[in-house]
Amino acid sequence: MTAPLNISRRTFIKASALVVGGLVIAFSIPQAKRFLLPGAAKETGNAGEAKLPAPNAFLRIGTDNTITVMLAHSEMGQSIWTTLPMLIAEELDADWSKIRVEHASASPAYLHTAYGIQITGGSSTTWSEFDRYRQAGALTRQLLIGAAAEQLGVPAANLKTENGFVISGDTKISYGDLAEAAAKLETPKAVTLKDPKDWKVIGKATKRLDGPEKINGTAVFGQDVHFDGLMTAMVARSPVFGGSVKSFDASATKQVKGVQQVVQVPTGIAVVADNYWAAKQGREALKVEWDLGPNAGLDSKAMLEDFRSKAANPGLVAAQLGDSKATLSKADKLIEAEYALPYLAHSPMEPLNCSVRIEKDACEIWTGTQMQTTDQQAAAKILGLKPEQVKIHTLFLGGGFGRRANPAADFVSEAVQVAKAAGVPVKTVWSREDDVQGGYYRPMYLHKAKIGVDANGFPAAWEQVTVGQSIMLGTPFEAFMIKDGVDATSVEGIADSPYLKQIPNYHVSLHTVKTGIPVLWWRSVGHSHSAFVMESLIDELAHSAKKDPLDYRRALLKGHPRHLAALNLAAEKAEWGKPLPKGVSRGIAVHESFGSFVAQVAEVSVDQGTVKVHRMVCAIDCGLAVNPDSLKAQMESSISFGLGAAMQSEITFKEGKVQQSNFHDYLVMRMSDMPKVEVHIVQSTEKMGGVGEPGLPPVAPAVTNAIFAATGKRIRQLPIGNQLA
Amino acid sequence: MIILNINGKEEKLDVSDDMPILWALRDVMHLTGTKFGCGMAQCGACTVHLDGEPIRSCVTPIAAAVGKKITTIEDIQNDKVGQAVQAAWSEVDVVQCGYCQSGQIMAATALLTNNQTPTDADIDAAMSGNICRCGTYPRIRAAIHAAATKLA
Repeated sequence: MTAPLNISRRTFIKASALVVGGLVIAFSIPQAKRFLLPGAAKETGNAGEAKLPAPNAFLRIGTDNTITVMLAHSEMGQSIWTTLPMLIAEELDADWSKIRVEHASASPAYLHTAYGIQITGGSSTTWSEFDRYRQAGALTRQLLIGAAAEQLGVPAANLKTENGFVISGDTKISYGDLAEAAAKLETPKAVTLKDPKDWKVIGKATKRLDGPEKINGTAVFGQDVHFDGLMTAMVARSPVFGGSVKSFDASATKQVKGVQQVVQVPTGIAVVADNYWAAKQGREALKVEWDLGPNAGLDSKAMLEDFRSKAANPGLVAAQLGDSKATLSKADKLIEAEYALPYLAHSPMEPLNCSVRIEKDACEIWTGTQMQTTDQQAAAKILGLKPEQVKIHTLFLGGGFGRRANPAADFVSEAVQVAKAAGVPVKTVWSREDDVQGGYYRPMYLHKAKIGVDANGFPAAWEQVTVGQSIMLGTPFEAFMIKDGVDATSVEGIADSPYLKQIPNYHVSLHTVKTGIPVLWWRSVGHSHSAFVMESLIDELAHSAKKDPLDYRRALLKGHPRHLAALNLAAEKAEWGKPLPKGVSRGIAVHESFGSFVAQVAEVSVDQGTVKVHRMVCAIDCGLAVNPDSLKAQMESSISFGLGAAMQSEITFKEGKVQQSNFHDYLVMRMSDMPKVEVHIVQSTEKMGGVGEPGLPPVAPAVTNAIFAATGKRIRQLPIGNQLA
Repeated sequence: MIILNINGKEEKLDVSDDMPILWALRDVMHLTGTKFGCGMAQCGACTVHLDGEPIRSCVTPIAAAVGKKITTIEDIQNDKVGQAVQAAWSEVDVVQCGYCQSGQIMAATALLTNNQTPTDADIDAAMSGNICRCGTYPRIRAAIHAAATKLA
């Protein structure tokens, strides 16, 4: 049995005292050129000049030989808790069994080396930290060697390191024994990193360091935070986005045993109680009259019609070459198609929550967040504090998928507002219904494409109109990501498609629609819709030209070796072209996102309208695979996440309200629907890409292309649902 | 005052008897290994054993547990099957975000207690009530088979 987590001042002091006498590594390295997200090509003045970050603290060595690695990024399942320590351990020659891991605090020291804020997203952690964490390890090793050289009176050059020891002939001194002396040495100005051929840790499948605590129930998520005096709050929010409280009656709520307070906050009415059950019952007893505001008429079907009418005309140009209009007018054959994708909720398993304690000139926040900087700033603004007066404790995230990286800091701001209004420490907890209906969805999109085909069956002209909401509009990223009215994330995977590069005439445009529905990046962001559309269209073209979909892609991707490497490996492992059991068909798709190239082959059968995905074969070229097993896990994960969305998930609106509420009607992947998954890694020395998201984009088109092969029916709207029934 | 047997210990709780077991465990006993995911028996994150049977603690009031034994993730290593399941989870390196895994392990332990040689169909039937948004399903399946082999 485990004791409850009791986060008190005393615990913190004790924790700090443990490392007194040890070595805390603080150092600076030049920061990479800043850009905000992949795809944002140019640096703008707003980000400031590239400059040295404040001294960073990435690891400390205790006199007990433990090596504690501080993570600048958040662990949300992607295994960064293991991958970043691997980078340090490699260069430090550390004893892996002595590695401990902690989330770092919110601090300028931990700004993303490329994005300039503290954020976990964009499938960027490993490549963006590859140098910084290795350097931290190498620098620490150099200090330890320096301390040993002094102690033994031998030249540093005569010493070597291995498995947590500095070694001189037969003499071994443990890192813990050297830590105090090493801490007094001057920090080296430069370090040399190992030659990749000498790597022992990087590239080796390594088990998760957070495995044991997640298996025995002791891992602490935001939801598990507890300390004396912490109340639980639930907020009654407007049933329609943008609505507000007209009046409320809390008399029945206050009768509920355990309810302590009812307070109004900007987002609604908060019921503050001794525990979740009391807060929930209290909220159910609450009577609120809402002014539903301007969005009370929201209706998904009407919105789709509106999108459709907009798509009849070109939008703002995102990419253009040649004269597509003239070429289309004289093309032998035209392919015209409309594709549509719904709003999607992230619905991580851990419902949103945030604990806040406000004191004079200070605020402490405990939560699972992907975006500490904006959360810290938002809390500081609400409380009239400086950001550094707000301490953020990042706990394990019970899934993120983008939902816990909100530029609007919605769940953190609301918790701060509740704690401020109630005057007591508060943990706000969202119910599943709150999560499903609380917004920040993957936007709905509609695409209209018109493609002119040449005599060989290849596209000669390509016109595509995309309609949807902008994710970046109104966020701090707007200045970087929206150029000439075009949000790069709305058209990523289209405007920069490798297929278009083979076509002499194309015109890609965008209508950005404004609705009252809050939207946000959802695992793989714009690629979550663009890959489905592009890979379906290519499949349509291949079938129209009576060519094998694999060969057709190979022909178009001639100048794109990384696409081809993934495509060929997936096809080979799936034995593309070989007969399958009766009733089973294959579909293929390949897509680049976040610097990685992923191809997938789906094996699918359709029986009386029911789609069954039997097997997914996946190949990825992400450059160096630091931890091949966690890379495989991320592919499995993306396939599951993508399949659930492709098959069943959708958020719809009627009379302003979200029509889904929980996992009985917001349908996600379950064990019985999960196919066999095989992951193959392209041995690659190309530039490193990400792995958290790139496995998702090809999933839906691989499956729907297989459905076409099986049935002749082209799925042009997601989710697949019962379209084949 | 309600007396519950939690992980072999008698505990007195001063809460109303309609409180779901989940919240008695988490908010009163501070046994936070059992997770809240949906509140309506749709996701399985809150799975515990009541007299050895898997139940969704988010919809089961504590009144239903009086006189019975509640076992949670915090005590499952003391069960032979639970121990094998946890070992297999480690061997296969199942977890990702980890939030659903307590429930998955409790459900898998119940499955293997009742069925020493589960087929894939048995696993589908027993485990499809437990959602994992990280998609660790293939590894859960592999770990259940591995645990079954070890227990055989």
